Amino acid sequence: MRVSLFVTCIVDQLFPNVGIAMAKVLERAGCELEFREGQTCCGQPAFNTGYRDEARTVAEHFLDVFEGAEHIVVPSGSCASMIAHHFAELLPADKRAHAVETQVWEFSQFLTDVLKIDDFGAALDATATYHDGCHSLREMKIKAGPRKLLEKVRGLKLIELDPPEECCGFGGTFSVKFPEISGSMVRSKVDAIERTGASTVISTDPSCLMQIQGALTRAGSKVRTMHLAEVLASR
Amino acid sequence: MKTPDVTAALADKKLQLAIHTATGRMAERRREIVAQGVMPDYQDIRQHAHNLKKHTLENLDYYLEQLERNVEARGGKVIWAKDAAEACAFVQKLARDKGVKVIVKSKSMTTEEIGLNEHLENDGVETVETDLGEYILQLAGEKPFHIIAPALHKTKEDVSDIFERHLHSQPESTPEGLTMIARKALREKFLEAGLGITGANFLIADSGAVVVVENEGNARLSCSAPKIHVAIGGIEKLIPRAQDLGVFLRLLARSATGQALSVYTSFLAGAKRPGEPDGPEEFYLVLVDNGRTKLLADESKRQSLYCIRCGACLNHCPVYRKIGGYNYPWVYSGPIGKILTPQFKGLHDDPWVPFASSLCGACGEVCPVKIEIPRILLELRADVKKDEGASVERFGFQVWAWLMRHPKLFGRLGSMGTSTMNMLPAVGPLKNWLSQRDLPESPKQSFRDWWKKR
Repeated sequence: MRVSLFVTCIVDQLFPNVGIAMAKVLERAGCELEFREGQTCCGQPAFNTGYRDEARTVAEHFLDVFEGAEHIVVPSGSCASMIAHHFAELLPADKRAHAVETQVWEFSQFLTDVLKIDDFGAALDATATYHDGCHSLREMKIKAGPRKLLEKVRGLKLIELDPPEECCGFGGTFSVKFPEISGSMVRSKVDAIERTGASTVISTDPSCLMQIQGALTRAGSKVRTMHLAEVLASR
Repeated sequence: MKTPDVTAALADKKLQLAIHTATGRMAERRREIVAQGVMPDYQDIRQHAHNLKKHTLENLDYYLEQLERNVEARGGKVIWAKDAAEACAFVQKLARDKGVKVIVKSKSMTTEEIGLNEHLENDGVETVETDLGEYILQLAGEKPFHIIAPALHKTKEDVSDIFERHLHSQPESTPEGLTMIARKALREKFLEAGLGITGANFLIADSGAVVVVENEGNARLSCSAPKIHVAIGGIEKLIPRAQDLGVFLRLLARSATGQALSVYTSFLAGAKRPGEPDGPEEFYLVLVDNGRTKLLADESKRQSLYCIRCGACLNHCPVYRKIGGYNYPWVYSGPIGKILTPQFKGLHDDPWVPFASSLCGACGEVCPVKIEIPRILLELRADVKKDEGASVERFGFQVWAWLMRHPKLFGRLGSMGTSTMNMLPAVGPLKNWLSQRDLPESPKQSFRDWWKKR
C-alpha cells in the first residue's frame, strides 16, 4: 500500500525520532512510503489563534503538496483532525479540502482501520500509562485502537490514568497565553501519571507529549514520554 | 493581550480542593446516570433536544406570541423587557405600586444577569435569596461561583462563620445544622414577603406555563406564599409544547447534578383561579431580551442560546476547574460563559475570554443540547482577530505563514532554531513556556534531513 507521510512540523523539527519510528513500523507492515518534501504544517497554530487568512494559505499549501496522495498518515491526532475537520471550513469552495477528510489518517487509526494489523512484533519491557490527546479522543474518536496495539507489545504492562480523558493543558498558543493555567493543568496530569506508578507515558500526540515531558523534567520525575510509534518500533 | 491574574486562585489550596471535589462529584454522578446501560437513548435524546431548540429559535416569534396569548388566557400578564433596565424597572414599579417592602426570590441566572437585586436594594426593597447557596452568598456579599452550585467554593466552616456574622447564630459544624439556621431565618422572610420572584427553566408556549426546577422547595414557596408572583426568563427559554418538556427534564438534572430528576419540578400557570385554595393572586411573566435577539441573528453561533443552564460544561472544563467562577468577566462562567460573554457584551472589553480554553472539547461532549462550544470559541477568536489591528502576534503569524509555504527555508531555519533553542533569550512566548516547563532536547537532525540521507 502506498502511504504518504505527513510528519507534521513539530515532529519534523523537534521529534524526528517519532517520524523515523512511524516510517519503520509502516515499512515493516509492507507499506511503500513517500515523503513529500514540500510539506510543512497543517496551519492549526494560526487557525486556533484566530488568524484564519494565515491558516488558509498554509492549508492550501498542504493541499497542493499532497495533491493525488491516496493515504496520508500523520503521527498526531490533533494535526490529522485539523486537516480532516477544519480544512473544509477554511476552504469551502476547494473540493480537495472536502476530499482530504477521507485521505488523512492518524497513525494508529491507519494501522487498526486500514491495514487492520494490531501486532507489529514490538517488545518493550516497561510499565506504561496512556494519555489520550483531546483531539484524538473527541474529534477523531480514537480510544480503543492505541490500546489494542499496545496490548500486543511484549513485556508492556498498561495502567490507565485516573482521571481518564483529562486535557494535558497544552492547547497550542493557550500554553503561552495562559501559562499559569496550562502549567497547573499539566501538573495535575503529571500527578495522575505518577500515581499509576508507570515508568513511561505513551500518546499519539507529540504536542501533548512535549507539554507532559517538559513538566515531568521540570518536576524532576524519572517518567519518560514515548510516542506510540516509538513503542511499536521497539524490539 | 491582557489576561486576568489567576495566581491567587491557583495558589489557594483550599479553593482548589473545593472546586475539584464539588465539580468532580457532579461530573462523576452525571457519567454514571447517562451511561449506556442506564440511559441507552441518551445520545438520541440529546439530538432531539438540540433539534427542538433549533426549531423553537427559528420560529421564536410564533411561539412567543402563542406563549403570551396562553399566559394571558390564564389571567397572567406578560411584560416584554428589551434590556436589563426595562426588566428591573418593571419589578421596581410593581413593588412600589403594591407597597412591597420584602421580596423573596429563588435562584435565577437571568436575574443575576440583569442585576435585579442591586436595583431593588437601591430602591429600599429588601430582596432575599432563598436558595441556600445563593442566600449564603448574598449574606457574604458575593456573586454565584457556579451556574447551579453558586456557593461550591464555600466550606461548611466558611458558612458557619458567615451565619455567625450576619445571623448571629452559634457555630455549627454539620450541613444539616447550618441548613436549619438558614431555614429558620428564611421562613420569616417567606411570611413577610409581598412579592415572590422565580426564574424560568422552561416556558411552554402551548400551555402558557412556566416550569421551575429546584431541589430545596424554596422556589415553590417563593411563588406560592406571597400574593404576587413574578417569573423572569430569557426569551430563549421557550419550548413549543408541554409534551416536549419530558425531553429536557430527562437531560437537565442528569447533566447538572446527576439526579434522574430534581426534587421539585413546578408547573406554574397563572394566578390562583376562583375556588382554588392557594397560589398567588397576581402573576406576571417578564420576558427578557437583553441581547438575545442580536445573537439570534447570527446563524452560525445562534445555538449558544440553546443552553439550559445545567452547568455540566463547567464541571468538565479543566480551565474552570482550575480558576473557578470568579475569574470570568460576567455572571456566566466556564465554557458557556466564554461563548455567551463575548456575544452579549461585545469583544472589546475582554478579548481574552474565548482564548482561555485549551480547546479540549470536553464541554461540547457533555452539553445536553449539543452546543458546539469549541467551534463557537474558534469563531469568536477569529472575530477578535478580525477587529484587531497590527500587533506583534499578527506580524509573527504572517511571517510564519509565509515561511510555511517555503519548505526549503523552513527546513533550514527550523534546524537552526531547534539546535539553538536552549540558548535563545527567554522572552515572549518562550519565557511563558519556560515559566512552567522545560523545552525538549535539541534533536541532532530533522526528519527531512534523515529522510534525505537514508
